Amino acid sequence: MPGKRLVIMTGLMAVCMVFHMTLGTRGSWDFVLPFRGTKLAALLLVAVAVSTSTLLFQTVARNRILTPSIMGFDALYVLIVTLSVFAIGAQSYGTLPPMVQFFLSLAIMVAASMLLFGTLLLHRKEDIVRMILTGIILGVLFRAVNSFVMRMIDPNEYSVIQTSSYARFSRIETDLLGISAVLVLITLALVWRMRHRLDVLALGREAAINLGEDPRRDTVQILLLIAVLVSVSTAFVGPVAFLGLLVTSLTHVITPTAHHAILLPSAALISAIALIGGQTLLEHGLALSTPLAVVIDSFGGILFLFLILKRART
Amino acid sequence: MITVSNLTHRIAGKDILHDISLQIPKGQITALIGPNGAGKSTLLSAIARLTPHQTGQIMVDELEVGTSASNTLAKRLSILPQVPEIAPRLSVAELIGFGRYPYHKGHPTKVDRQKTDEAIVLFELDELHSRPLDTLSGGQKQRALLAMTYAQDTEYMLLDEPLNNLDISTSRSLMQLLRRLAETRGRTVVIVLHDINYACSYADRIVTMKDGRIGRCGAPAKIVDAGMLQHVFSTQAEVHIVNGRPLIEV
Ligand SMILES: Nc1ncnc2c1ncn2[C@@H]1O[C@H](COP(=O)(O)OP(=O)(O)OP(=O)(O)O)[C@@H](O)[C@H]1O
Ligand SMILES: [Mg+2]
Repeated sequence: MPGKRLVIMTGLMAVCMVFHMTLGTRGSWDFVLPFRGTKLAALLLVAVAVSTSTLLFQTVARNRILTPSIMGFDALYVLIVTLSVFAIGAQSYGTLPPMVQFFLSLAIMVAASMLLFGTLLLHRKEDIVRMILTGIILGVLFRAVNSFVMRMIDPNEYSVIQTSSYARFSRIETDLLGISAVLVLITLALVWRMRHRLDVLALGREAAINLGEDPRRDTVQILLLIAVLVSVSTAFVGPVAFLGLLVTSLTHVITPTAHHAILLPSAALISAIALIGGQTLLEHGLALSTPLAVVIDSFGGILFLFLILKRART
Repeated sequence: MITVSNLTHRIAGKDILHDISLQIPKGQITALIGPNGAGKSTLLSAIARLTPHQTGQIMVDELEVGTSASNTLAKRLSILPQVPEIAPRLSVAELIGFGRYPYHKGHPTKVDRQKTDEAIVLFELDELHSRPLDTLSGGQKQRALLAMTYAQDTEYMLLDEPLNNLDISTSRSLMQLLRRLAETRGRTVVIVLHDINYACSYADRIVTMKDGRIGRCGAPAKIVDAGMLQHVFSTQAEVHIVNGRPLIEV
């Protein structure tokens, strides 16, 4: 049954992609195709990066409410970009090739998230409320420091980083598309190789050890992969608070299984449908000016509240 | 044989396990008994590498716990913890299937499926086999977990209070199964029991524990008497000998 649903969702995603490429086109195809194609590729990358990083995080945290963005991963990435601009100076930062900018942030991001979230997860008490609070506090802290540092940066140079601090799907910087695609594909290949190990990790630390896995080592590896995925998606579209939660919650409803071999593609498809379909619908179907990020975060936010309240009652 | 030498485990400055040396012979059922908080679960966790041990050495045959590859150990020794965490949405059959993971690493073969089915039948889980774990009763859940441990098919099995939640018939079948495994397949079972009458009836050997130390060890008939109960459990209970086996009055 999950197989059939995956096929249906693949079809749905294909339809969304076709609409995205063709709806409301004006002017020559020579221009439209590469333009929309790049944007489509970027949306796809973001969709898969968000769904995969969220699933991975929920598996190591053994929890279906926490996500990388709720734990402050993307806020951390934004902060790192801002801090780099501040440290190097906006002028010199602006002259760095985008590739260098990106890899600089990525490297710091990997190190910082290992330190922060690694400690948090490895010394975790099985106390979900505390994890949520820690995450929210970290997120608020990163955002507060971020806006503080932004204020200290010369207002003229402000625009360099302002764009990176807010979620946006309509204007996507595509300079980094090639290298990001390579990074994400490598990461996805590694995740796919781990799919059975992820199933075992989801059983819990003791069961995983009993079955011959090493949850400590795996947690570190998975955090590394999450850091790369979050960096890519945040670099493209900025922080998206609740997309991951929305996607994984739907995934567990549409394809209820413990097998990551199904969960991973299923979540990626749902995420792609939501992003590409949603963006196309907003831009061309409804001609609405509401940004997709706002829509997704509203739904996701309500879902988050619902999940927490439901949990609080049981 | 499992050999524990000079194992000390300290948490927050307090010795939970105090210089423990112990040999657990192969092909036998060894019952670990002792009052709440004696350190029984901590000892099993250390042997099964769930808690890394701080000092001392633990050997399972030629494999040293802590340095041997975890996957090799997973095919030699299994543990059923006292309070296992479980994934609530997993079905019974899926859970039991995970017992085979050390062998197939996610790609189950025919043999793996056979072993899984065998465990399902043995623990009478046929009718429950596609039920999610969180819909099971306490005893049914315990049976599913035992079936998973059985499917792991290891030479050494560490069972921490496996009779929890089981009714008398299931308890007796489990103990009889363990006896068969020990006698016909040479399996080694270390089992934490609170009902000493079960230990007396089914175990080859009893190891007593108190305050993180090993006390008297030996065949049930040799060591179970009013004096031992008084000393280890600080309780006065009469012990009768019935058919050559000690029987404790409760
Ligand atoms: N993480 C911990 N922090 C502090 N003390 C601990 C910790 N884990 C275990 N202990 C203490 O170690 C002692 C031994 O615990 P253990 O679980 O091994 O006992 P047990 O013999 O299995 O008891 P029971 O029969 O109740 O299961 C107890 O006093 C317990 O409070
Ligand atoms: Mg115990």
